[in-house]
Amino acid sequence: MSMDRRQFLKIAGISTILGIGAATAVNGLRNGGAEASEFEPGPEALKAKRWGFVVDMSKFKTDEDFARVIHACHSIHNVPDYGNPKDEIKWIWKDTYEHTFADQEERYMAGDRKEKPFMVFCNHCDQPPCVRVCPTKATFKRKDGIVMMDMHRCIGCRFCMAACPYGSRSFNFRDPRGKDDNGRPFIKELNPEFPTRTMGVVEKCTLCYERLAKGLKPACVEQSGGGIVFGDLEDPNSEVRQLLGKNYTIRRRPELGTQPSIYYIVGGNENA
Amino acid sequence: MKMLEKALDGGKGYWSWIFLLLAIIGAGFLAYLMQFNYGLGITGLSRDVSWGFYIAQFTFLVGVAASAVMLVIPYYLHNYKKFGRIVILGEFLAISSVIMCILFIFVDLGQPMRVMNVMLHPTPNSVMFWDMIVLLGYLTLNLVIGWTTLGAERKEVKPPAWVKPLIYISVPWAVSIHTVTAFLYAGLPGRELWLTAIMAARFLSSAFAAGPALLILLALIVGRLTTFDPGKEAIQSLAKIVTYAMCINVFFFLLEVFTAFYSNIPEHMAPIKYLFVGLEGHTRLVPWMWTAAVLAVVGITLLVNPNTRNNEGILPFALIAVFVASWIDKGMGLVIGGFVPNPFGRVVEYSPTAPELLITLGVYAIGALVLTVLYKVAISVKAEVEAGGAGEAHH
Amino acid sequence: MYDSGKIIAGLLVFVAIIAFPFVYSMGTDIVKPEPKIDTPVIQQMAVKQCVEPKTFMRREHMQLLNQWRDEAVRDGNRVYVGFEGKKYNISLQNTCMHCHSNKKEFCDTCHNFMAVHPYCWNCHFVPKENKL
Repeated sequence: MSMDRRQFLKIAGISTILGIGAATAVNGLRNGGAEASEFEPGPEALKAKRWGFVVDMSKFKTDEDFARVIHACHSIHNVPDYGNPKDEIKWIWKDTYEHTFADQEERYMAGDRKEKPFMVFCNHCDQPPCVRVCPTKATFKRKDGIVMMDMHRCIGCRFCMAACPYGSRSFNFRDPRGKDDNGRPFIKELNPEFPTRTMGVVEKCTLCYERLAKGLKPACVEQSGGGIVFGDLEDPNSEVRQLLGKNYTIRRRPELGTQPSIYYIVGGNENA
Repeated sequence: MKMLEKALDGGKGYWSWIFLLLAIIGAGFLAYLMQFNYGLGITGLSRDVSWGFYIAQFTFLVGVAASAVMLVIPYYLHNYKKFGRIVILGEFLAISSVIMCILFIFVDLGQPMRVMNVMLHPTPNSVMFWDMIVLLGYLTLNLVIGWTTLGAERKEVKPPAWVKPLIYISVPWAVSIHTVTAFLYAGLPGRELWLTAIMAARFLSSAFAAGPALLILLALIVGRLTTFDPGKEAIQSLAKIVTYAMCINVFFFLLEVFTAFYSNIPEHMAPIKYLFVGLEGHTRLVPWMWTAAVLAVVGITLLVNPNTRNNEGILPFALIAVFVASWIDKGMGLVIGGFVPNPFGRVVEYSPTAPELLITLGVYAIGALVLTVLYKVAISVKAEVEAGGAGEAHH
Repeated sequence: MYDSGKIIAGLLVFVAIIAFPFVYSMGTDIVKPEPKIDTPVIQQMAVKQCVEPKTFMRREHMQLLNQWRDEAVRDGNRVYVGFEGKKYNISLQNTCMHCHSNKKEFCDTCHNFMAVHPYCWNCHFVPKENKL
């Protein structure tokens, strides 16, 4: 059979592609590893249909209260400090009323009210835009309502950061395991029981899922002295629901339809 | 000699240009290695402005890629024969642009090695998933259509019948790539500059102004450098398309301004104020936006008037004005404006850094290289046909 | 043949490139990797047993870890029922590395031999070594 070089190359090329494709397909279908029945949630894991917070800022009185809560979260999760606001990573932080609720008109509000600090985190929305846009499901909504991060899958496209209306997400612009110009590591205190992240992925508060799995409360809740109350919003008997029943609360940017799960108690008495 | 081999057959000027591009690509690649090692912190991006120059180029170039449809529709759907000589230039420009789009996304990713996750874990609710599909599809379409029609032209026969349906598909597909890219922005609830139904329409109108403008300039350059003659009427028809598209583009922008400022809603006005007068003392983009505005007005004025539009000395400047105005407005203006003010009402500004610009230049050089090679093949084939056909045997 | 000079020169270059890895490592002995399991934790175990039998782990630990990752991170199932029904907490850092705390003498011996670079260690680390 005579064929010219061009035909030969075409046939070789197509055979190679088909061969590789078939090998990949067969490999993908091969069932390695263990069977599905061998996995279960832990016995002490806390369960809920929809986790949420009710935040009572009146319980945060000093700077130390805020610092303690922020430090609790950032230290156990190996959150790096890159030393500049551009590359900053924060899972929980404080900002004033004026900025946290920037859509609220405050022209005639008293100065000190505008400056009142609020604790800010990921809102673990019920209809999260970040989950809607993630092209790999690296960020996804768990059955218990937590908007979770799968650091293994994130490609660092930062679409979720553009989509989040609350500025809750941070990106690893540098290598979190690196050191700054003075040789100090970005991760100040390493928690050996929790992994770090790698450069080029997005991270944010994940409601201490690893602590919930062991039956522990989220770190910020534990250190807040009652300032942050957490529980199942879908359980009418939970503490959060009782607080919601008794107090007037607001959420950030409710008109956007994201249905945040973080409620802030405002108005009246010592909450003023 | 085969079609692609024609790209190897050039004079000193041609090869100097190729080597210059390769040098720029090399520099860009080295800068990318720096970014790969250090992280995206080497750019001007920040927690608040998380998309910047790379994504701005991607957004603009998707429009340029889509603009090939402005040649395909008249030529294939309405039999406007005058576009016959330059349709291939439009299709090849689309290929080069889509390749640059894909590269700009790649250099912007934090974990580029994981890019296949978008295919391994398909997520139909994500607009970015669809963007990948339509971009790859459009690239394939243009490659197949362009190469097949050029090959048929070379053999002086009609293209095979199966190309026709692909050409028809490429028309709505071109519209789709830019609509889907607009949807990346237009569906995000927290970014007021982007949350507008007219985003896709604005994208298309600026694409159909900037793309054909670039195409005319390229055709004129190729006409200068080779024996290729795009045809006076083709240029003038295309210039009319640019004119109408740019007028519509500016009109759409003014519609946005009206809605924001007549409604007086602070969140709607704030980004536009930031872009054109500055916000809280931050004015970094103001000179750029006004430059774009002035260029747009100058461009439209020169294009609307047939005396200046059909004047071959003035037309290139009008087109450059339109192209640059679109590039500023749709690139940096749109992308950065979306992030200002941030969700806390603060202004965080952004400027690209030197490595970022070098990497961008490298990607543009890759696009220019692809374009040069493809255009060389196209022009050589056309010259060969006009000279009397491919009499040489295969070897 | 046509262009015989160029073709033979090209063939020689090709052979040189292909043979280079073999020539370069000529003279070095091939040392079969022997992962060591003499960590303090393992030595104190009455029955020295991993999550699954050795043969299974050697062949499939990569797939198992991938499954662990998806089950724990994505589905919230943090307990694995392993060999003979024993339950383990799913964690590379806190379960696997708890026993196999000598990454360099255990994990790295085979990985280096096979020139495999799992990216797990970019984020997960060995608690005992307390270094990244």
